[in-house]
Amino acid sequence: MPKRRQGQDVIDFEDVTFGYGDTPLLAGVSLHLAPGSFHFLTGPSGAGKTTLLRLCYADLTPDQGHVALFGQDTRAMSRDDVALARRRIGVVHQDQKFLDHLPLAENLALPLTVSGQPGPSETDLAELLRWVGLEAQAEALPPALSGGERQRAALARAIIMSPEIILADEPTGNVDWEMSLRLLRLIVELNRMGKTILIATHDLNLIRTAKQQVQARVLRISNRQLHQAGADL
Amino acid sequence: MSRLRALLLLIAGDKQADRVVPPTGFTARLTVFAAAAMAFLVVFALAFSMATGRLAERWGSSLAQSSTIRVSAPEGQLDTQVIAVMDILRTTPGIADARVITDDEQRALLEPWFGPDLPLDTLPLPRLIAVTETPEGYDSAGLRARLAGEAPGAVLDDHTRWRVPLVRAAGRMRTLGLVAMGLIAATTAAMITLAASAALAANAEVIRVLRLVGARDAYIVRAFVRRFTLRALAGAAAGTALAMLAIALLPRAETAGGFLTGLGFVGLGWLWPLAIPPLAGLVAFLATRRAAFVTLKETR
Ligand SMILES: Nc1ncnc2c1ncn2[C@@H]1O[C@H](COP(=O)(O)OP(=O)(O)OP(=O)(O)O)[C@@H](O)[C@H]1O
Ligand SMILES: [Mg+2]
Repeated sequence: MPKRRQGQDVIDFEDVTFGYGDTPLLAGVSLHLAPGSFHFLTGPSGAGKTTLLRLCYADLTPDQGHVALFGQDTRAMSRDDVALARRRIGVVHQDQKFLDHLPLAENLALPLTVSGQPGPSETDLAELLRWVGLEAQAEALPPALSGGERQRAALARAIIMSPEIILADEPTGNVDWEMSLRLLRLIVELNRMGKTILIATHDLNLIRTAKQQVQARVLRISNRQLHQAGADL
Repeated sequence: MSRLRALLLLIAGDKQADRVVPPTGFTARLTVFAAAAMAFLVVFALAFSMATGRLAERWGSSLAQSSTIRVSAPEGQLDTQVIAVMDILRTTPGIADARVITDDEQRALLEPWFGPDLPLDTLPLPRLIAVTETPEGYDSAGLRARLAGEAPGAVLDDHTRWRVPLVRAAGRMRTLGLVAMGLIAATTAAMITLAASAALAANAEVIRVLRLVGARDAYIVRAFVRRFTLRALAGAAAGTALAMLAIALLPRAETAGGFLTGLGFVGLGWLWPLAIPPLAGLVAFLATRRAAFVTLKETR
């Protein structure tokens, strides 16, 4: 188990600068996610929301500054360290990332499979599928699912390991409002169980609704910096 | 040690891990075929090596006895000439030992043809002198010249000496057979590396997804390595079986002692080819493992 620093934050950005090329996309960004906290991440398309999330799960490492994951500097982590840390984080990717040759049920169980744990029980899996409204699609292959179905499936896979952190990149981008609320309720429930949540979204309605249910902070990326959004949101 | 552990885990197998990597049709068939063809070739190279080895041994052992000198002369001169020959031999460099074959021995030599009651003294038989040479050997032309001068009835018969270069050639051919096997093994490793790299590259997205959901490198590597190792094993087993069958069915003419007729395995020699499939599996295991770890470095 990696050691935590004094702050006990699960994710820590210290003065992080990152760019894909020569020009930085993020410059001097600091971010501290305390366990059990709930954050939204907004900003215009192309501002770097997905990039910031990738820095969180050690898919990218900063050019300058430090990102600590469970108190461990991501740049100093070995490949096995990265794998183990990722088992404690559920990620809903903007482009979902499924194995197209495996039926949905097996895709959902993938985090358990690769970590050598027994698969979910039939009832657990059925319940999870029902929660995201995909009980009829258990045996479907991911390419045969609609965009919204894939997104719901991605959320189901992200939470199957009961991770400490949930990072969701536009989890409601392709679903109708009713389903958005349903997914939000699921995420809020997980937060009440103590999970740390970070959701990147454009959906201001979703943010407003969430703020009525939990204490959520809103962070906004603009001009390569991370700002705390005002109460007007 | 960790490699051994990896090998054991691999043999144990993991159905789920096998499924996470999609089936790879083309590279699969390529691997099986390459392993089968290479195993087939190795069996022949092995048979060739063993046959030339046996040949070198057979020829080499008859060399040790080397030459004989036959002395035939009219009654009365025979003993003087034999003594002269022995004197010459004693002073010829390269001769380790020379011995006159006794009457009893000669009778034994002739018995198969003439029966046991051969009256040797009444027959005009030549005397035989067995000559054993030192490892450096003697100068046969010089010896012949001296014999002609001092014992005209003596004839040097060194018919087995011409085999010396043949024995050397057989030894060389055996080495070539071993080199061929080494080359085939290296080629197999190269082909399997290529096939595995192609499969890994085609599955870059799968590997990325697996890493993202928390798979360790060892897990991903195992899924690929297992596949290629089993294929190489199966292909090599088929190739080996076919080649052994082909060799078993070769027309036989061992007694002729010729070269081609000796191609094949003898007795326990038939066990050697059985080592080929496991070795092919091992080659595939190491080659795929290396390729997989190299490819994995490209995704975090
Ligand atoms: N792998 C990459 N290589 C080079 N540039 C990239 C890469 N990924 C993203 N970018 C660029 O970095 C910028 C930020 O991308 P990012 O995906 O983080 O934005 P985003 O805020 O998530 O946008 P959106 O709201 O559209 O999802 C974009 O201009 C994008 O083109
Ligand atoms: Mg994005």
